[in-house]
Amino acid sequence: MAAIQVVRSEWTKIRSVASTVWTLSLAVVVTIALGMLISALTRHEFDNMSAKDKLSFDPTFISFAGMSLGQLAMIVFGVLVVSNEYSTGMIRTSLAAVPQRGTFLFSKIAVATGLALVVGLATSFVAFFLGQAMLGSHKAEIGDPHVLRAVIGGGLYMTLIAVFSMGVAVMLRSPMLSLGILMPFFFLVSNILGNVSATKKIGRYLPDQAGSKIMQVVTPIDDDTPYGPWGGLAIMVLWVVAALAGGYVLLKRRDA
Amino acid sequence: MIQLEGLTKRYGEKVAVNNLTFTVRPGIVTGFLGPNGAGKSTTMRMMLGLDRPTAGDVRIDGQHYDHLKDPLKYIGALLDAKAMHGGRSAYNHLLCLAQSNGIPKSRVAEVLDTVGLTAVAKKKAKGFSLGMGQRLGIAGALLGDPRILMFDEPVNGLDPEGIHWIRNLMKSLAAQGRTVFVSSHLMSEMALTADHLVVIGQGRLLADTSMADFIEQNSRSYVRVRTPQRERLLDILHEAGVTVVESGSGALEVDGGKAEQIGELAAQHQIVLHELSPQQASLEEAFMQLTAESIEYHAHTDTPQDAPPARQQAWGDGWNRS
Repeated sequence: MAAIQVVRSEWTKIRSVASTVWTLSLAVVVTIALGMLISALTRHEFDNMSAKDKLSFDPTFISFAGMSLGQLAMIVFGVLVVSNEYSTGMIRTSLAAVPQRGTFLFSKIAVATGLALVVGLATSFVAFFLGQAMLGSHKAEIGDPHVLRAVIGGGLYMTLIAVFSMGVAVMLRSPMLSLGILMPFFFLVSNILGNVSATKKIGRYLPDQAGSKIMQVVTPIDDDTPYGPWGGLAIMVLWVVAALAGGYVLLKRRDA
Repeated sequence: MIQLEGLTKRYGEKVAVNNLTFTVRPGIVTGFLGPNGAGKSTTMRMMLGLDRPTAGDVRIDGQHYDHLKDPLKYIGALLDAKAMHGGRSAYNHLLCLAQSNGIPKSRVAEVLDTVGLTAVAKKKAKGFSLGMGQRLGIAGALLGDPRILMFDEPVNGLDPEGIHWIRNLMKSLAAQGRTVFVSSHLMSEMALTADHLVVIGQGRLLADTSMADFIEQNSRSYVRVRTPQRERLLDILHEAGVTVVESGSGALEVDGGKAEQIGELAAQHQIVLHELSPQQASLEEAFMQLTAESIEYHAHTDTPQDAPPARQQAWGDGWNRS
């Protein structure tokens, strides 16, 4: 069983269902549109901001504000790519065709990750340029120090969120259960843990909090985060690796 | 060829498949028969490496399933008609299976034509009827032109034309020298298609025999006799050394008896006969008898509480009439 055959097969699978198109389109549109909206609002409010906020002002990060919502569409993409197999019964046909479960799983993840990376990077660049256009005189340039890193990082962040969701979906199998856990976690729980001072120290090691550090260009003045942008991304990668490893072990052991 | 060696599957305390050993040979249709819940599907899933056996072994042409390179070229299986993504077109469903096993694209159009789905190739599978879904599943099984084919309850939910088509397909595949293994819970269906029979009940092997032997051994033939002079006839038959069973409705049943012999005896003693008819118990009854003890979910709807437990044969009779 050549892995390249399985990758080709998984590409046919992913491009032949509607959910791929609508989840990824939603991620692109929401991230860019919400980023533009918040950038435009910030430009109006800039003169009313406190001196401290002005010092911490990060035009690059502002243009990625839409990701808080856009990432939810990436989560749906990641979950559906995997759990569609289970909810439809296709998994039995798939594993009968490719009984090497490791090859099956990692070919599927590789194809979905590649697609998410292309879409994520494109979204990140477009969100940056359109967001900066909205910011007018307060904008950052792509050539400014660390800005290019943040923009590429935005694409990586969206990709990793999707891959993390794939790993969780392999473990849980059910799309409703996976979404029911991941959506509230990333939309609410993580934000609450990260903003309440008592839990902040734990919250910042969660995948999204740590990973989003890569999109910051200006470090807020009272920020005491013990890791830098790449350190944060590495923490997120560890989460992703853990989710995939858990999924792989369960898929290997379970009856299909 | 498929070889099972002491195959066992336990779910906690419950034994779904219990120490199955048999071989499925090429060139014939082997029927895999058992009541609902006997463990047929579990056995088939283990054959395909989907479920892991608790003990024992299955080999496909001497190899474990997960060691097969491009397994669809060795063995094609229809497990259930809905094991596919409804949002994908029939063509793309088959294309992704073909690609995963290095089967040329041209083969997809060929099998679609074989099963008669060419016209709906671009349609999404969720719009398909049960019969069309079954055909698409069979197309997937045929895709790799495999030497072994496996069908789990292929005629379920099909119209007569579809059933006829599947029967002929299975026979022609076997005639080409392929191994064909097909499960069913209907003896009558198997009698029409299978050359060899493997019967299981509660996960245990009950019979592994050729269809012809099974019919010969299991179909009870008897002669039914009705007469107003019942006692006299009983005496005469007893003297002649013929064993008689009294059946419930006042008729007599003579096991293995010849109608001519009984008729002549009656004539000699001037006994009036109202009925003298040779009977053949159906294969369905033979199957019911074989599996009666192992049926997991008995239907006890018409048994009164205070009545003595019904004989197994009586239960079979009732089923046959309904």
